[in-house]
Amino acid sequence: MTDNPKIDPTTGTETTGHSWDGIEELNTPLPRWWLWTFYATIVWGVIYTILYPAWPMVSGATAGLLGYSTRAEVAAEIERVDLSNADLIDSLVTVDLAVLRDNEDLHRFAVQAGRSVFAANCSQCHGAGAGGVVASGYPNLLDDDWLWGGTMDDIAYTVRHGIRNEEDPDARFSEMPPFDWMEDAELDATAHFVRSLSDLDHNATAAAKGATLYADNCSACHGEKGLGNREIGAPNLADAIWLRGDSQEAILRQLKAPRMGVMPPWQARLGEAEVRAVTAYVYGLGGGEAAVGDAEAAPAE
Amino acid sequence: MSNASPPLFAAREPIFPRRVSGFFRRLKWFILILTLGIYYITPWIRWDRGPNLPDQAVLVDLANRRFHFFWIEIWPHEFYFVAGLLIMAGLGLFLFTSALGRVWCGYACPQTVWTDLFMTVERWIEGDRNARIRLHNAPWSLRKGRLRLTKWAVWLVIAVATGGAWVFYFADAPTLARDLMSLQAAPVAYATIAVLTATTFIFGGFMREQVCIYMCPWPRIQGAMMDPGTLTVGYRKWRGEPRGKGGVKRQKAAAEAIGSGDAVARYGAAVDKNTAAERQSRSGEVLGDCIDCNACVAVCPMGIDIREGQQMECITCALCIDACDDVMAKIGRPRGLIDYLALDDEPPTQPMQCAGVAGLAEAPAGDVAGANQPPWQPKPLWQHIFRPRTIFYTTAWAAIGAALVVALFIRPEIDMTIAPVRNPTYVTLSDGSIRNAYDIRLRNKHGEARDFRLSLVADTGLQLALEGAPDTVVEVPADTSRLQRVYVIAPSQAPAAGQQRSDLRLWVEDVTSGERAYSNTIFNGKEGLNERSTD
Repeated sequence: MTDNPKIDPTTGTETTGHSWDGIEELNTPLPRWWLWTFYATIVWGVIYTILYPAWPMVSGATAGLLGYSTRAEVAAEIERVDLSNADLIDSLVTVDLAVLRDNEDLHRFAVQAGRSVFAANCSQCHGAGAGGVVASGYPNLLDDDWLWGGTMDDIAYTVRHGIRNEEDPDARFSEMPPFDWMEDAELDATAHFVRSLSDLDHNATAAAKGATLYADNCSACHGEKGLGNREIGAPNLADAIWLRGDSQEAILRQLKAPRMGVMPPWQARLGEAEVRAVTAYVYGLGGGEAAVGDAEAAPAE
Repeated sequence: MSNASPPLFAAREPIFPRRVSGFFRRLKWFILILTLGIYYITPWIRWDRGPNLPDQAVLVDLANRRFHFFWIEIWPHEFYFVAGLLIMAGLGLFLFTSALGRVWCGYACPQTVWTDLFMTVERWIEGDRNARIRLHNAPWSLRKGRLRLTKWAVWLVIAVATGGAWVFYFADAPTLARDLMSLQAAPVAYATIAVLTATTFIFGGFMREQVCIYMCPWPRIQGAMMDPGTLTVGYRKWRGEPRGKGGVKRQKAAAEAIGSGDAVARYGAAVDKNTAAERQSRSGEVLGDCIDCNACVAVCPMGIDIREGQQMECITCALCIDACDDVMAKIGRPRGLIDYLALDDEPPTQPMQCAGVAGLAEAPAGDVAGANQPPWQPKPLWQHIFRPRTIFYTTAWAAIGAALVVALFIRPEIDMTIAPVRNPTYVTLSDGSIRNAYDIRLRNKHGEARDFRLSLVADTGLQLALEGAPDTVVEVPADTSRLQRVYVIAPSQAPAAGQQRSDLRLWVEDVTSGERAYSNTIFNGKEGLNERSTD
C-alpha cells in the first residue's frame, strides 16, 4: 500500500507500482463473488474435515462423523463380490472336475480365480509364468510332462496334499536311493545309457554296458524303456524334458546324490474352492492332459 | 494506510441489455435454435443396429465401454478417433479466431447461447432494459417478487431440461426418462442432473459475463491468436469522432442516396460517407457520424463500450452492429460505423485528420490506378479470410479430418490383436518340440455371434492349436471381445524350433462370410536345438 497509488490513465485502475520495461502491473480488484466462493470453500473444507477422516493424531486420524473409511468400503466391496460369487463358489466345490470345462461360466470363473491364487501362492517356486526353474528343480507346469499325472483330479490331489512333505500323511511320496556305492565307471555307463534313451549323444559302448546296470538298478521304478511311473512319481527318462538338466554331469549328480522336490500341502491354507480354482488354471496353461486340441494330441507315455 | 486505495474486491455491475433487431440478431437466433435443438433432440434419435446392440443414434455407453455414433461404433482401443476430433476442434477454433476473432464466443459457445436464452426469458417476463432497471432499483414488492419468482422458475425449468438432456447421451433415453420419472434411475444420473442444473441456472442467470471475463481461459488464448488482419467487431473512430448530437440537418437527398443503410456494402461505408451531407454541431463544428446515442452500450451483454476499442470483455456478439446500423439508418448515414473490421484496414491517420479521405474518395471505386486514389484502401474480404495462417490451419484441420475418415473406412471388420506370452518365451514338450503361446484377442463388432477360424502361415511346418478347443475355430459372442490362448508348435527338427526368432503370420477368417485378416508376430525357438540333435 502506498499513500500515492499510481493510477493507470487508460483503465483508471491502480497499479501495483511494479514496472517491467515500462509495462506496469494493474491491481485490478477481484470480483466479489470470487471472495464468496473462496469463503465457501473454507466452510466446505471445515465441514468436510468434521464429517470425514481428516486430522492426523498421535495414532491414527480423526474418524469423522460419518464413520467413512476407504478400508471399510473395500471390505464391503469384497463382501459384495463374494456374495455375488457365492453360487459359483458352491458349484465349484461340488462339480466333477473332469467336466468343469463344459460349464463355461464356472470354468471362466475358476480360471480367473486360480490365476490370482497361483500368483499369490505358487509363483514363488514355479515362476510367475509357471515355467518352473531347472536349476532348483521346480517343475515347469506349461509342458505336457507330469511326474504325478496331469488330469484335473491328479493336479488337484497334488495341490491338496503336496509332495514329500511331513505335514500331510496323504502327500505323494517316493524316494530315489543314492547310487554312490557304484564305481565311477559304472555310474558313467549308466548315465550314457540314460542319455541314449532320449536320443541324446552318448558313447554307444558305455551305453551298452550301462544297459545292464540300468535293468538291474533303475528299471524297477523308471521302467524298462525309461518311460517312468507316475504312481511313484518316477520321471520319464525317454522324453525331452529334464527336471534337473540333461547333461552327463547333471545325470551323474542325480545318480550319486539324488535331490527330490518337496511341495507343501495347500488344502488347509487355500480351501477346496481355491484348490480347484488353481487346478483349473494350471490345467489350462498348456499341459493339461487331453485338454489341448486334437491337433496336438499328447504323445503316448 | 491510504484511504485512496481502491477496494480489493469489486461487486458485479448489473447489466441490462436492450432488445435489438437486425441481421446479426437474426443470425444469432438461428444459431441458438440450431445448437439447442441439436443438444436436446440428438439423444432421442433412434438408429437400428440389430437385436443385440442399442438403437440410440448417439450413445456414450460407459458401462460397456462403447461409443455409438449413427453407423460408427468406437471401442476403447480406437479412442484415437476421439483424440483426433478434439485436435480438429482445437484447430478449428484457431482457424476461426485468426479469421473472425472471437466468433466462437459470440455465437456458438454454450455460455453465450444459454445466457441469450435466459435473457430472452428475462425480457419476456420483466420487460426490456428500462423496465428491468426500474424493477432492479425498486424496493421489494409483491409485483417484484412475483416477476422474480416467475423468471427463476422458468430458468430452473430450462436448467433442469439442460442437465436432464445431458444424461440421455449416456443411457437409452426412453428407458432412462421412465426411470428418472419413477425415481428408479441410478443416483449418478440424478447427481449429474443436479450439478448441471445448478451450473446452468447460476451461469446463465446470475454469472453471465463474469464467466467469460474471469472464469474462461479461452478469451486470453484467443486474444493471442488475433492479429491486425483479423476481422472483428470494432468502431470506426475516424468516422464517428467527434461525437455529438448535431443539428437536425437531415437532408432527404442524402438519405436517399445511401438507401436504408442495410443496402450498403460492408466497405462501402467509408466511401459513401461523402454522399451524405456533413453533420454540424450547433456551434457549426463538423461532427463525425456517432451521435453518442449509447445504443451500442445499451445492447451489449458484456456491459462495455465498443467505442473504446477492442477489449478483453468483448465476445464479438455483433449486437452493437445491429444497434448502430439501426441508428445510422434513422439519421440517414451509411451503415457500418460499428462493424466487422480489420484493424489494418482502418486509415492510418488520426481521427478526423482523414478529411482528405472524403475528398479523395470521389474517384470511382474501380479506378485502382487513378491519381486520386485514397492513400489507404481496405483489403478485399477474401484477403482477410485467405491468409497464410488460416490456410495453414485449414490444411492441418482438413488433413487430420481426412486421415480420420480414411482410418474409419479402412478399419478392418475383423479385429485381432496378438500378445505373445513371454514368460517363458518357449516351452519344450516331451517329444522335443518347441511350443510358443499367444494370447489372441478377437473383437466381434457385429450384432450377432461369429465363428472365427485361425490359421498360420510360416516358412516351415508349424502347427496351430487352441487352448481348450478341439479345432481351430473360436466363437465370439455378439458385440464382445474374446481372449483365446493359442499354441504354435514347432517339431524338434523344424528350423523354427532351433532359431531364436522366426516370423509368423496368423490369419483369422470369418467362417460364415469368408472375410479374412492377419497379424504378424514372432516365434521363439531354442537356439542350438537342431545342431545338437543332429550331432
